[in-house]
Amino acid sequence: MRTPLADSSRVLETIDERLKRSGISRRAFLRFCSSLMIAAPFGLAITDLKTPEAVAQVLGKVIRPPVIWLEFQDCTGCTETLLRTSHPGVDDLILNIISLEYHETLMAGAGTQAEAALAQAMHDYAGKYVCVVEGSIPTRDKGVYMKVAGRPATEVLADVAGKAAAVIAIGSCASWGGIPSADPNPTGAVGVADLLPQKTIVNIPGCPPNPYTLLGVVLQFAESGTLPELDAQRRPKFAFDRNIHDQCPRRAHFDAGRFVKQYGDHGHREGWCLYKMGCKGPDTHAGCSTRHFNEIPDVWPIGIGAPCVGCTEKSIAFRVPMFQTVKIHEVTPPDTYAPIYTPQGNISPVATGVAGLIGGALVGAGFMASRKLGSAGDSESESKPKKE
Amino acid sequence: MGISRRSALKVMAAATATMVGTTLGVHQTQAAAVVPRPDAVGMLYDATRCIGCKACMVACNEANDVTPDTSASGGLWDMPLDLNEHAKNIIKLYRDPATGAQSFVKRQCMHCLDPACVGACMLGAMKKGDKGIVSYDPDLCIGCRYCEMGCPFNVPKFEWSKAIPKLVKCELCRHRSQGPACCEVCPVGAVIYGKRTDLLADAHQRLAQNPGRYVPKVYGEHEAGGTQVLYLAHVDFEKLGLPAYSDEPVPRRVRTIQDTIYKGFVAPVALYGLLAAVMLRNREKPDSTKREDGQP
Repeated sequence: MRTPLADSSRVLETIDERLKRSGISRRAFLRFCSSLMIAAPFGLAITDLKTPEAVAQVLGKVIRPPVIWLEFQDCTGCTETLLRTSHPGVDDLILNIISLEYHETLMAGAGTQAEAALAQAMHDYAGKYVCVVEGSIPTRDKGVYMKVAGRPATEVLADVAGKAAAVIAIGSCASWGGIPSADPNPTGAVGVADLLPQKTIVNIPGCPPNPYTLLGVVLQFAESGTLPELDAQRRPKFAFDRNIHDQCPRRAHFDAGRFVKQYGDHGHREGWCLYKMGCKGPDTHAGCSTRHFNEIPDVWPIGIGAPCVGCTEKSIAFRVPMFQTVKIHEVTPPDTYAPIYTPQGNISPVATGVAGLIGGALVGAGFMASRKLGSAGDSESESKPKKE
Repeated sequence: MGISRRSALKVMAAATATMVGTTLGVHQTQAAAVVPRPDAVGMLYDATRCIGCKACMVACNEANDVTPDTSASGGLWDMPLDLNEHAKNIIKLYRDPATGAQSFVKRQCMHCLDPACVGACMLGAMKKGDKGIVSYDPDLCIGCRYCEMGCPFNVPKFEWSKAIPKLVKCELCRHRSQGPACCEVCPVGAVIYGKRTDLLADAHQRLAQNPGRYVPKVYGEHEAGGTQVLYLAHVDFEKLGLPAYSDEPVPRRVRTIQDTIYKGFVAPVALYGLLAAVMLRNREKPDSTKREDGQP
């Protein structure tokens, strides 16, 4: 299928050609395809196939998408998540599947050389490249808090994202400000969507997000020129539709009422539920509880005994205190049962006595008051004839 | 004061005579067992099959738009302690303190063949409706809660938390064409929906085929005049909160008294006629008690 990228195929090769040329084994590629299928079990066109072989066949014909990666107020964590894969060579594989044209952390060049590479890439693939933004953009004081090659971040973003076919905001910072935008937000940090409201933007929040989500979005775009379905916060549904709490491997402990009360206590060592430690799982939507990081099972916050901080939710991470518990919205029955006969509340003799005293006092007072009223009426009626 | 000692005694005597008459009437009416209507539907719950997964509770809330009860759990769980305004259906657990023997029990409206709530309801909000389902019409309800107090199984519950409260009870999902949601979701067939006659036959077949597995009785076949929800269990029904009622329908005795008192409207007319006569007699007397100075 002809896509916008096909026109620039003179300089770009397909993934198959590139892998053959760099000597990456077919087996490693198939393994990558399987990982992609696991990461995006539905909602992503390219992985909606039966076998990794079928996915590999489709992906192999895809022209490597040129990617320009901008870094603003970030910690490079999102870049790290892309590279820190556990199987040797997967990072290499990733860099062979996408064509990373400009990336401040990874590129060998620096200074003028790097800027020339950026200008060249923007010129060669104008309107065809994918712009990935990492980190928030400072807006206060005309953006003086961050400059790249003498230009404020806002200007660089407007320039590069303006000519991009699609913009992907990776990480919570680029999505809506993240850590730099936490109160009191001295730099006026905002996300990409706040500055470019009309542009097609995919938010992949997370601190850091799962790299396979980014790869899934980029590869679907390269293959068909379309983007996956997004939710109200512009997050791809295939990766952010699931509730952490509902899919949590520790959910059984929640239902049974087994909670960690303190770090290092018996429950913590036993792997009990972290809800009472401020886990934001019940309010957070992300695939973390089923798609762990670095291809190692249990490598994700709750898996290693740390509560979820809700990094994929705009209103939670860096906004709600870490140890504050969240409201459970979809309450379900616990692992316990009601007794046959519910214990009824009983009234203590003391309470009965006090209530009796109060009641008695009121009745007495009422009686006295009525007597007074009666005698007042009597004296009035008695006094009348005297006057006459 | 217009009532003389004489007239008061007369009235009391008349009232006593009426009461005696009614009580005698009660003894004369000893009707046969309630015959279920031919289209009566119901549920059969088998406690030996139930695994306590509570899927029925979740499905019930969903099918009936019931909000979860988080009061006992501080907002963490939907944890009703009994049937209440947030629970039309509940799975309870019985554990014998001595032997440790366990049994689950599902509680909801029993859909009695002769329901006490219907008898107690003064405006017909509780009604023995289609297929024998004891249905509730909030438009006719005045919130007197007589049904709640009359029910021998403690089922109807009042919405104490609402400004305009209704009664909450299982209506066998009569708004769903496919039957009760609880029966639909039960993963082990512990609760099934069907015609009462079929369910009763099924229950007796299970008792016959599995000697020793059950307490040899189908609870609800005769209890409280018979119910449309039937139970099989391996633990005494009383321990599961299902009292050993006689075969007489609960509202029958009260209804007989009522019916006799108002039969032909004779007793009320007689009583009030007597009262009116006494009043008229007193009125005709000349007012001799009036004091001359105008003071009473």
